[in-house]
Amino acid sequence: MDMIKDSAFEKALIGIISEGIPLVSRPYATIAAQLGCSEAMVIEGIERIMARGDIKRFGVVVRHRKLGYRANGMVVWDIPDARVTELGHCIGQYSFVTLCYQRPRRLPEWRYNLFSMIHGHDRDAVVEQVGFIVEQCGLHDIEHEILFSKRCFKQRGASYAQKSQPEHAGIAVNG
Amino acid sequence: MRQFSQLEQRLLNEFQQGMPLTPAPYADIARQLGVYETTVLETLKRLQTEGVISRVGAVFRPNRIGASTLAAMAVPAAELEDVADIVNQFSEVNHNYEREHRFNLWFVVVAEDEERLQTVLAEIEQRCGYPVLDLPLLNEHFIDLGFDLKWT
Repeated sequence: MDMIKDSAFEKALIGIISEGIPLVSRPYATIAAQLGCSEAMVIEGIERIMARGDIKRFGVVVRHRKLGYRANGMVVWDIPDARVTELGHCIGQYSFVTLCYQRPRRLPEWRYNLFSMIHGHDRDAVVEQVGFIVEQCGLHDIEHEILFSKRCFKQRGASYAQKSQPEHAGIAVNG
Repeated sequence: MRQFSQLEQRLLNEFQQGMPLTPAPYADIARQLGVYETTVLETLKRLQTEGVISRVGAVFRPNRIGASTLAAMAVPAAELEDVADIVNQFSEVNHNYEREHRFNLWFVVVAEDEERLQTVLAEIEQRCGYPVLDLPLLNEHFIDLGFDLKWT
């Protein structure tokens, strides 16, 4: 994995843009004032971080539940190792699939090696979308389970490099 | 759920990525939408106050900054809240959800490096008294274009 070879400046910048940029006319100038640098340095810094591919998205971060997507299903699949890339791409292509990650099996307790996340207005909608994926990708012989979310105990607040950057805790990562 | 205006729908659906890296990014968005910059800013502030958006900001890829994993535990239902509380006490834990499964507690752990990550997982196991499944990302199989909201 490429780790960010970051200066203190980039670490601080990553913390700030992860927490959210201000809703003001010149947000990058506001950040620059905070960091004691120029607006151009902030913009170039973000461009540099983006060019490395470390950022998945930069924009409006929506809360699905508040938008009426009350059902969240983590769908886990037990896919033969030789086909996981091919079928992962098939499952991951649909816009209602918000994550599609390969993870290790942990036998005997855990047999599933592909994880996809589906948000729906209700449980039936999620079940229907899973059925659609099974049809479209030909997954009839692949074992899967849908793990619906119930209570949310914590939504964010993890901190990265907490000791060195206490003021910018809270990197948002979809683990 | 309340009805969203045309402007709100477009802000929510079309700007989940591609935030302009220009001095006045909200003015650029406003131009694309044919409204005033102040309207965009006021609308985003209102959506944030209502909790519809958490922020305008960056979402990072896993394992690009430090080390992260998805962890799961099978906890007896009667103990779930107490165990979830213990897990939440770790500042390295972000998303922590109950899910319908024998493995009923799922949480994401982000640490500065792999060594710290393993230390945190071991501490969580020890303090909660249940084994933790460590399921780190191996490969990402999709192109993330944000979430396509369907308005009905």
